[in-house]
Amino acid sequence: MNMTDTVDPLIEVIDIQKHYQRLRAVDGVSLSIGRGSCFGLLGPNGAGKTTLIEIIEDIIDPTGGTILYKGASRAAQFRQEVGIMFQQTALLSFLTVAETLQTFSRLYDNTEPISHLIQLCHLEEVKGQLNDKISGGQKQRLLLALALLNRPELVFLDEPSTGLDPQARRNLWDIIKTVKSQGRTIVLTTHYMEEAEKLCDDIAIMDKGKVIARGEPQALIQIHCRRATLSVPKDQFPEKPDTLQGFINERGDRIQIRTENVNAVVGQLLSMGVDMRGVNVKTPTLEDVFLKLTGRSLRE
Amino acid sequence: MRFKRLWAIFNARNREFFRDRAAFGWNFLFPFLIILGFGVIFKGDYQSQFKVGLFPIPHDASVNSSKDFLPDSFATFKAISFVGFETRVQGMDKLKHHKIDLLIEAGTQPILYWVSDSSPSGAIAERLLKGALAPPETSNRFEKKDIQGLQVRYIDWLFPGVLGMNMMFSALYGVGWVVVRYRKNGVLKRLKATPLTAFEYLAAQLLSRIFLLMFTLVIVWVGCDLLLGFRVYGSLLNLFLVFLAGSTCMTSLGLVIASRGTSEEFTNGVLNFISWPMMFLSEVWFSIEGAPAWLQASAKIFPLTHLLKAARQVMNEGQGLWAVMPEITILYAMTLVFLLFGAALFSWNK
Repeated sequence: MNMTDTVDPLIEVIDIQKHYQRLRAVDGVSLSIGRGSCFGLLGPNGAGKTTLIEIIEDIIDPTGGTILYKGASRAAQFRQEVGIMFQQTALLSFLTVAETLQTFSRLYDNTEPISHLIQLCHLEEVKGQLNDKISGGQKQRLLLALALLNRPELVFLDEPSTGLDPQARRNLWDIIKTVKSQGRTIVLTTHYMEEAEKLCDDIAIMDKGKVIARGEPQALIQIHCRRATLSVPKDQFPEKPDTLQGFINERGDRIQIRTENVNAVVGQLLSMGVDMRGVNVKTPTLEDVFLKLTGRSLRE
Repeated sequence: MRFKRLWAIFNARNREFFRDRAAFGWNFLFPFLIILGFGVIFKGDYQSQFKVGLFPIPHDASVNSSKDFLPDSFATFKAISFVGFETRVQGMDKLKHHKIDLLIEAGTQPILYWVSDSSPSGAIAERLLKGALAPPETSNRFEKKDIQGLQVRYIDWLFPGVLGMNMMFSALYGVGWVVVRYRKNGVLKRLKATPLTAFEYLAAQLLSRIFLLMFTLVIVWVGCDLLLGFRVYGSLLNLFLVFLAGSTCMTSLGLVIASRGTSEEFTNGVLNFISWPMMFLSEVWFSIEGAPAWLQASAKIFPLTHLLKAARQVMNEGQGLWAVMPEITILYAMTLVFLLFGAALFSWNK
């Protein structure tokens, strides 16, 4: 598959490398990001995601390779048109949330009204509070608001929900979905599969500085992990399962059936009189894709 | 360059300074306390420079009533303070550890005394004692003349030094250390992601710190002047211009330190390495007149030396702006060099 083959690319990454002495943090990555898409960069800690994204953001220089934005080298205007939410950022101390937004808004030519951003990112209640007095979730929403301040065409979100509780994470996802619905291009790095599956329509999986898979989430799952797993209690499992369309193995007090045709197997189990209330079905996820491709878990 | 961006960072930095109440208070309180403390200590014309021990002085007896046997000019000399000991052993112990300069056995004739050969103060105290014992006719060989013209109190001489020192610490740490901390915790990286240029950022830091230094200077000056009544023989405006040149120069030096690095510990070491010699060699507390020539020449590499020289010329000697122009020129020349270095070395994230 050609990693750079995207219709109407906003960003083109061509053979990017970043070496730190012997470490190849990014090792010859080429890809393109389509205009208006939400592109997810997945990988475990240390895969090179943040290094790659910071090279694209023009925060660090690559050892080699080229980045094109709208088909040309990034000019000064690039900073006016992109919004960035870094993985770890401290904010100016002793400023309130509203003052922080005002300060940053003065750094751009074309900005969103601050009241809109406060509303969009649910910061109404904390707008008068000092930055260091707000919670982790509120801080992430403030950082997202800062990234959206300049009406960016391209938004980079580096691990936006890391460290947040499930509720705060879902709140952040809702905001990102709103941003996505406005037609902006989003580049998201994460090691949460659920986040990538819910938000991204194009994914690249990175490991050891390389992109090892690329495509839409469901397509990746279809290509690499086609089999779902049905788990049946051992005491309900039919005595003669020979006709079941799948691979069968025993796991403790349950029998697992791995199959590409879930519907057919479910039909067969019903016809054999198995009580489906005790049957679990696990469909493959991006985690399974990653596990299959690298032999490691995404969070390792 | 966009002035709007520079102004945004300038304002943000000033807000941080004024809202950080602990640091804000300390910036005013520190020089104020130093000046006030020294004002109290040196309110008289003399200070006790030498300590002379007397023994045996019983525990409940006053040392003053036991020094009648000493020559009057020695016993009543304001530069000498007397300390009583019950035994010779106690006195010798203090003498050996340079806690006192001279030890005398009370009531002896001839006077028995002990002095440490390795103590310069002891040698002077011994000379004072011997001089006091000399025949009166020897004093006819000298005639005392009063100093003509301006008389400068020590506190008036010290005041510009303490203000300059405060300015130095505030400029170096307020820019050098703070910017390195911002680099370490990612604030600079966040700013780099915006259209803000390095020049705009550095200029905002420079202007903000100069503004804060001059603001602090005026407040501390007025507060100390109300309490201690400083004598300024020159023009206050000239003095302001001298301090403005000094604050600009030292803030620029802070920018050089701030230009690189993410380790606060290392930066702290560099700041100490620069600020401590500057404090001692730039004549904040004492003059280095009479020190080796190479040491006096070395002191000229410090901006604080030139700032204090010019400030004292205006404040203590009543000199005009033209007289201190060489120092001001040197300060601005240093500023230019520091700014060029700082801008060339500056990195947002390294």
